[in-house]
Amino acid sequence: MSPGETHAPSTPSGDRRSGLERALTSVLPSSCLLFDAEQTTPFECDGLSAFRQKPFAVALPETAAQVREVLRVCLALQIPVVARGAGTGLSGGAMPCADGLVLSLAKLNRILDLDPIACTARVEPGVRNLAVSEAAAPFGLYYAPDPSSQIACSIGGNVAENSGGVHCLKYGLTVHNVLGLRGYTIEGEEVVLGGGALDTPGLDLLALAIGSEGLLMVVTEVTLKLIPRPNVAQVVMASFDDVIKAGDAVAAIIAAGIIPAGLEMMDRKATVAVEPFVRAGYDLDAEAILLAESDGTAGEVADEIAEIERVLKAAGSTGCVVSQSEAERMRFWSGRKNAFPAAGRISPDYYCMDGTIPRKHLGRMLRAIEEMEEKYTLRCMNVFHAGDGNLHPLILFDAHREGEWDRADRFGADILALCVALGGTITGEHGVGIEKIGSMCVQFTPGEREAFFAVKRAFDADGLLNPGKAIPTLHRCAEFGRMHVHDGQLPFADLPRF
Amino acid sequence: METSLIELRERILAANAAQTPLRLRGGGTKDFYGEALAGEMLDARGHAGIIDYEPSELVITARCGTPLAEIEDALAQHGQFLPFEPPAFGAGTTIGGAIGAGLSGPRRAYAGAARDFVLGAHLVDAQGELLRFGGQVMKNVAGFDVSRLLCSSLGVLGLIAQVSLKVLPCAREEITLRFDVGVTDALVMFHRWRAQPLPVSATCWHDGIATVRLSGSPSALRAACATLGGAAVNDAGAQAWWRGLRNQTHEFFGSGDKPLWRLSLPATASIDQSGGELIEWSGALRWLRGDAPAHEIRAVAEKLGGTAMRWRGNGDTTPMFHPLAPVNLELHRRLKRQFDPHGIFNRGRMSAEF
Repeated sequence: MSPGETHAPSTPSGDRRSGLERALTSVLPSSCLLFDAEQTTPFECDGLSAFRQKPFAVALPETAAQVREVLRVCLALQIPVVARGAGTGLSGGAMPCADGLVLSLAKLNRILDLDPIACTARVEPGVRNLAVSEAAAPFGLYYAPDPSSQIACSIGGNVAENSGGVHCLKYGLTVHNVLGLRGYTIEGEEVVLGGGALDTPGLDLLALAIGSEGLLMVVTEVTLKLIPRPNVAQVVMASFDDVIKAGDAVAAIIAAGIIPAGLEMMDRKATVAVEPFVRAGYDLDAEAILLAESDGTAGEVADEIAEIERVLKAAGSTGCVVSQSEAERMRFWSGRKNAFPAAGRISPDYYCMDGTIPRKHLGRMLRAIEEMEEKYTLRCMNVFHAGDGNLHPLILFDAHREGEWDRADRFGADILALCVALGGTITGEHGVGIEKIGSMCVQFTPGEREAFFAVKRAFDADGLLNPGKAIPTLHRCAEFGRMHVHDGQLPFADLPRF
Repeated sequence: METSLIELRERILAANAAQTPLRLRGGGTKDFYGEALAGEMLDARGHAGIIDYEPSELVITARCGTPLAEIEDALAQHGQFLPFEPPAFGAGTTIGGAIGAGLSGPRRAYAGAARDFVLGAHLVDAQGELLRFGGQVMKNVAGFDVSRLLCSSLGVLGLIAQVSLKVLPCAREEITLRFDVGVTDALVMFHRWRAQPLPVSATCWHDGIATVRLSGSPSALRAACATLGGAAVNDAGAQAWWRGLRNQTHEFFGSGDKPLWRLSLPATASIDQSGGELIEWSGALRWLRGDAPAHEIRAVAEKLGGTAMRWRGNGDTTPMFHPLAPVNLELHRRLKRQFDPHGIFNRGRMSAEF
């Protein structure tokens, strides 16, 4: 059987369930196991609540050794395992399998070691992202990747998704900030990848494991790189009367040799939506605003902010404001950071996309999204990690109105197909999960998907770890009815071309 | 597919059909790097040229046979560079070889390694299929990160036909400082600096002298110099010195007849236990010469949380790479079988086991 296919149990589901219950009870205390539907319901979905599935059971081990025992049970009984962190993921990567186990790592939440001289932290996967920086703060250090959910999301989940944040352009993604992993294969064999040293012999399995969406191994310990907190940070807020000009200004900043700590863009629909809630002071007449942050020593920031202002004005900004205090800096950011909740306040539902495109195509993408709004008669507000071309269009809809979810879904798929056609990707930081599994057929050829399955087989021959996620089978792609596109060949004849 | 790639692909298909090994090679400047060389040579230098480079996108895409020097020249014209400073052990170094080996230079501990800058790669597998992984964008989590897996794969999974790399603007200014200091104090100094927001971009200690490079804006460098002290080295001399360290033309690498060992350790590992005559990366990379038995040197490195690579000398009797843990070795074998079932690509180059 191909690892991506759903497991077809040969014994009736009731027998499998009771067999699993018996076996798990022998390796975990009852306080670490949930079997009743009312207890397992909170685990039926992650941050993408449109996709739900109740599992057979939920295991919440308290030690790495217990994780190993659970995996051995699941291998012996051929039960699919979905590892789960805080459940804040946005692509349904932690959605359970109907006949499977959810393996929650939430109780493995200890910071094992924080070394302020080596600038590393060794943590269990259930530790929250922000908790690492809080623990490192007394030493003037922090953990750089800052996904918007960092208050709640776990390091284990960050590793599974290779999470980003608003500071990736300068400080990198999870893969750039994780030095080592320890965990188990589905066979219960302990694997150590990377560690305290920088170079390790052999293939870079560490890079392969990061972002593997729980398909290759279950992580029980992560060694993180900590970096010194910059002395000063300031942000420039610039208004533009045209979104294309704002997009060009982003390229101009980079071309001037500046790598801002953060470079974000919001269109007018987004600023209008957030301003009443956060009072960030956004220019609501502007078609787009850019937020460009500089961090470092006081002198460095002063030089860079002056240069950014100069470039933005030359690029046609209609107004520039520089934060004069930490409170003001936070206020400028508050709107950007609250864009998702604001979408939730002005619309019953919203669907967040996560494609990435080469920066130069920002303007073209925005125009295409406008056309799609008409085509699907739905509104879309746009927030971007403009510095690295990562788009988060938020498609607004009402699930209770007939056909709206379906239209939102197709709207999203069109955006992703255009991302691929423009030389980009269907997901920049949220992962494929179950949500974008169809769009994977657009981005990758059957041969490339087979190579992903080859990697999967090397780690998990029986396909028990998070089956059905991240990589679509040939069958699935045929069902989805989407074909692979690349090199600028647009997939749909009805998509506007300009 | 370009003609130059079609030719390489045909050789791969023929080798796979005949189940005879191929030895993938660029400029041949790293023939010493790895275990035994085996198979018929497949020279990839014909598949060359920069395909795409737009400075404002911070990405360069080039075919595997493109000389590293050509790429660095193109970047320099726009004030950009490869931040991982790949070493060139000769004029013929290609980008395919640099990424296949995955070696990084003095800036590695501060800016990142080769793999940190790989955004995408094209692979020709044993079936001759061209597979594209990653892309030309900074953030991309669609599918497993095979393009980073290919970096430092030594060609054992297939031919890396093309790569896309993230590039960065060169620092506005660089200053090199020297300090007369013993190794223990030098390491303490390096570690203290690393935990502070200072623009350090390289460190080295050798023979009683610590050499430190700062890269950044003029005001950041002025502030750092005031904090750090030390004696400034003139710019042209400093650049040549760092180039010598990066490309190992520094006299240390040419001297001595005992085997040269490269220890990759946690930066804070005990210097008394590891030894080390030349130290880079704030202590995370330590070079030493010694004719102690390989198993002893490796046992010490392992105890300190790292590994030891025999870099030069004693090649007939001592494997280069630190042995893999049994579970890791098994994963390597399985990946190799999946990508290259007949073992045609660089057989034995990474490990005698595959």
